Amino acid sequence: MVSPMNAPQQTPRPAQTGSAQTSSAQTGLVQTGLAEPARAGFGAPAPAASPVPEPRMTARNVNLWYGQKQALFEVSLDIPKHQVTALIGPSGCGKSTFLRCLNRMNDTIEGVRMEGDIRLDGRDIYDRSIDVVELRQAVGMVFQKPNPFPKSIYDNIAYGPRIHGLAQDKAELDEIVENSLKGAGLWTEVQDRLDTPGNSLSGGQQQRLCIARAIAVSPEVILMDEPCSALDPIATAHIEELIDALRANFTIAIVTHNMQQAARVSQKTAFFHLGKLIEHDDTEQIFTNPRQSMTQDYITGRFG
Amino acid sequence: MTDLAQPLPAAGFQIRPRRLSPEASRARTRSRYAAEQRFKLVGLLAVLTSLGLLALLLSTVVLQGYSAFVQTQIRLPVALNAAELDPDGRRDPAALAKADYAAVLNDALYRLFPEVTERRAKRALRGLLSTGAAIQLRQAVLAEPGLIGTTAELWLLASDDIDQLFKGFVDRSSAQADRRVTDAELGWVATLEQTGRIETTFNKWLFTNGDSREPELAGVWGAIVGSFYMMLVTLCLAVPLGVGAALYLEEFAPKNNRWVDLIEVNINNLAAVPSIVFGLLGLAIYLQLFGLPRSAPLVGGLTLALMTLPIIVVATRAALRAVPPSIRQAALGIGASKIQMVTDHVLPLAMPGILTGTIIGMAHALGETAPLLMIGMVAFIMNVPAGPLDPATVLPVQIYLWADSPERAFTERTAAAIMILLGFLLLMNLFAVILRQRLQTKW
Repeated sequence: MVSPMNAPQQTPRPAQTGSAQTSSAQTGLVQTGLAEPARAGFGAPAPAASPVPEPRMTARNVNLWYGQKQALFEVSLDIPKHQVTALIGPSGCGKSTFLRCLNRMNDTIEGVRMEGDIRLDGRDIYDRSIDVVELRQAVGMVFQKPNPFPKSIYDNIAYGPRIHGLAQDKAELDEIVENSLKGAGLWTEVQDRLDTPGNSLSGGQQQRLCIARAIAVSPEVILMDEPCSALDPIATAHIEELIDALRANFTIAIVTHNMQQAARVSQKTAFFHLGKLIEHDDTEQIFTNPRQSMTQDYITGRFG
Repeated sequence: MTDLAQPLPAAGFQIRPRRLSPEASRARTRSRYAAEQRFKLVGLLAVLTSLGLLALLLSTVVLQGYSAFVQTQIRLPVALNAAELDPDGRRDPAALAKADYAAVLNDALYRLFPEVTERRAKRALRGLLSTGAAIQLRQAVLAEPGLIGTTAELWLLASDDIDQLFKGFVDRSSAQADRRVTDAELGWVATLEQTGRIETTFNKWLFTNGDSREPELAGVWGAIVGSFYMMLVTLCLAVPLGVGAALYLEEFAPKNNRWVDLIEVNINNLAAVPSIVFGLLGLAIYLQLFGLPRSAPLVGGLTLALMTLPIIVVATRAALRAVPPSIRQAALGIGASKIQMVTDHVLPLAMPGILTGTIIGMAHALGETAPLLMIGMVAFIMNVPAGPLDPATVLPVQIYLWADSPERAFTERTAAAIMILLGFLLLMNLFAVILRQRLQTKW
């Protein structure tokens, strides 16, 4: 929630300077600072580029139950590399549940049972040999409500690299923090107050801090669960530009209630209804010429 | 968008508006206001009553106990005869310590009141001074051997009866047989008062001495040290165990497990067990089975740790539950393991609550008496304990012991000890409040 007190910090700035200029500068920094990370655990070396982007994550016949209640029915979906996949659908359709399957966050909920096969770069993420900690490092997550740790901005970013041992010394850690904040388009706003608490920032800044925190551990996939639903339109525009910029280095799956947002930021869109994947295709196709009448009804606002 | 999915009301359906008459509406408003006023009044009365009772209790204690913080002393010209105290003249401390200082004091008294010649009267005269006065004199001589051979003017402790008389707690108008002080003693005290040889000074002995049968020599230092060792044992045992148990139950134990439920119910029940039962347990297990020493702060601490444990577990669990789930998700979301999530984020955020609960539990333990009676800490112990294995007593038990003593002078000391105990409890609670405010995180 962006309180009226926080809003003025952002509103006075003209939209062009605030978004277009900085984001282009930051995009460049993203590419230099956070080049494709090399990793031991996950991610085979990327093969030569093909015209159809190969999937980074694949889900096949995913069924999920909360206790007795089935929440997902036979969902099969590919999350293609370096693209933004939007998951849309009415409330309670299972899109967030599916998203949480992708980094096993559902494991933390009592009474959840899952069937099916989800793979990251060809490896079954529910396999016994997979360490869930390693998986979540590779598949990061940004939540609906900005949830920075009640620590300094610096420590918020540095925590992930610290626990994963990604930095050898202080200088390296400083570099990761700086690059992550630049990658999240927050560096210019916070560079001279890194030691202030993360929750002293405005709502939109907090959410970008959470994105910076997620990219600080060099994930391959970033899952975003309605990242803009608690933000005002200007902060939302910031995040949307950021998502587009992040696509160059990361694969992104985003759950959103806002269909314009899905149309703006995503290349692929998947439409869920009552736990079933109704349709998924290129975003342009879904929004201009959906194959299913239910999809058509939903995106035109006839139900939902 | 969601509105579209809702069925619209059927066409032609109308809701007839219902309105109260202006009078009825006013009457309802009035009765609502009246009900609110009544509720406020009852609440205020309840608060005032409890405050009044508290003030009554505290003022009683203070009025009874304030006089224990001063002590009557008598100034005597003591002739320190070298031949008597140090026959071989070598000022050897060992020899000096063995000299008969009581006799020296008696001589000083006889010289001050030469008119007293009868044997029984002489004995009464000797009773003006405390038995501790001889020890005081010995300490003075050992500290300054140069006094030997001179006549020194020394302030010495008066006996408890004279102390009470001088503080005005003896009714001089009642018959001689009805009071602890004879007419002769009244006369001697009056003489001393006229010559400026008797006055009250700050009672440092109350804070430096252990327990004693003589009220003027009895102090709470032994009990304070005993309490300290006992709380140390309790703290070292109850906090790690309690916080550990709470962490496991709250963060790691499987939910909806029958065994976990059983443990939870039992922990909550443990908090409601009468404290004397813990004392019996301590007696049966620690003393009988393990053969630990009686009256030792170690055993008291072990027993009170059992009693404090459920308080700490319950407080810690409440503090852990108050940490927002979004923080846990944030930690897990960037690949923290469960242990890292708990130690790096949940535990620090729950710390103020845990510390507050711990201090409240410790304050509870500090004021506990009943279980300690069962493990023998009610014994009369004069020495200040040097460690947790020495026999000791603790503050609340000291209060109990003094309240049980017949001498009038112990009444004020009981109240004074209560004030000291309340002071410690107040300090601990203050500490808890300050900690909570210092460590509180703003979301």
